[in-house]
Amino acid sequence: MQEYHLHLPLTKEDVQALRAGDMVYLTGPMLTGRDAAHKRLIQLLNEGKELPMDVRGQAIYYVGPAPASPGHAVGSAGPTTSYRMDAYTPQLLKLGLNCMIGKGRRSDAVRQAMRDYGAVYLGAVGGAAALIARSIKSAEVLAYEDLGTEAIHRFTVENFPAIVLMDAHGGNLYESGPEQYRKE
Amino acid sequence: MREIPVSQITKKVKELFLTSAYEIGPDVEAAVRSASESEPSPIGKSVLCQLCENYRIARDERVAICQDTGMAVLFIDVGQDVHFTGGDFEEAVHEGVRQAYREGYLRKSVVNDPLFDRKNTGDNTPAVLHLRIVPGEKVHFLVTAKGFGSENMSAVKMCVPADGEEGVRNFIIDTARKAGPNPCPPMIIGVGIGGTLEQAALIAKRMTARAIGSHNPDPRYAKLEADALAAINRLGIGPAGIGGETTALAVNIDFAPTHIAGMPVAVNICCHAARHAEGEV
Ligand code: SF4
Repeated sequence: MQEYHLHLPLTKEDVQALRAGDMVYLTGPMLTGRDAAHKRLIQLLNEGKELPMDVRGQAIYYVGPAPASPGHAVGSAGPTTSYRMDAYTPQLLKLGLNCMIGKGRRSDAVRQAMRDYGAVYLGAVGGAAALIARSIKSAEVLAYEDLGTEAIHRFTVENFPAIVLMDAHGGNLYESGPEQYRKE
Repeated sequence: MREIPVSQITKKVKELFLTSAYEIGPDVEAAVRSASESEPSPIGKSVLCQLCENYRIARDERVAICQDTGMAVLFIDVGQDVHFTGGDFEEAVHEGVRQAYREGYLRKSVVNDPLFDRKNTGDNTPAVLHLRIVPGEKVHFLVTAKGFGSENMSAVKMCVPADGEEGVRNFIIDTARKAGPNPCPPMIIGVGIGGTLEQAALIAKRMTARAIGSHNPDPRYAKLEADALAAINRLGIGPAGIGGETTALAVNIDFAPTHIAGMPVAVNICCHAARHAEGEV
């Protein structure tokens, strides 16, 4: 297990260097999006239209934050469960998205696309939402304001804590981690 | 006969949801803290430490422990000598939820129609109400704010009597195994055995709110709780599902009489953001 302090967006070299089980602290801009926004993005792609933002080389955080109270950029903002985005993800990876942040397992199709196009899947600790929110310094809506908490935002983060769950080489902490502690 | 203006109900419901969103129960916090000391996985340990730090920030800054501030579920025991005045009782409960979620900067996560429209109602109502009429002239509330990462990993099985203790234990363990990382382990597992389909599920939901460290008073069920918990903590899932020995903090079981031909078992999974509160009017 290595520890890295990385700047967003991640470079190709960053993505290739990370291994499942590494700890990372991210600084820079990231996109946000979850169920409803993904559905709209993919609809656009299927209709051959352009996306409202560029995903090439970007990171996306699967999150629907709580509303911000006065003096805060966002409310509590932990990850949502990622598998609900699986059906949409390979298309976004193909377009160059190289980093996803969420929690929970991903489908085989997503893992294959991560290897094919070079992407990492990071985990933020589910439920550590107040702690994570502290690392989010600003938030602006990029698209789909009508979706409220599910709108696509751009967060600017500082030392956002995450764990490499799945790397670009097939490494999967959800398999290797539990394997090590299983006593059945 | 005691008269209670429904405005008091609104006030109490609001207060309970705000408390539960910001302040984790001392039993949960103590259990996570003690697990952070015993957890052998270094990365698992760091996850548990993040959770303790998160509880502290949420309490001190009065921000939500988790952004999924859940669907509001209330178990309400109404004394039969109470007379509500000044409005509709159930509407007063929903109003309390509405005020808590609006004024407390809690996320609104309820959609109006599950299948077709899925339009956010904008105020986290309606809440889910379970009412009982009991002797007395008080109104007792047990409220839980149920996040859906863990709710989605719950399961009901219509076991048959022949499945026996082993069948029930295996169903509980299998449900936890299948859930894996999705419900934000360490989890708290509520189990309802017996009754009918919906009664088992209701018991299971109530059991997610039973204090960690308490046991079923029947030693046979207490042993089943302990055995299932130990087995789940041998699965290796660990904190956040990335490996370790802290997969569940508790398995809380209760039971009800059932039919000669059946043995429903409901397993309701709750995450470490186990938000619930109790109060009385
Ligand atoms: S499962 Fe619980 S801790 Fe995890 S995101 Fe949902 S509500 Fe939060």
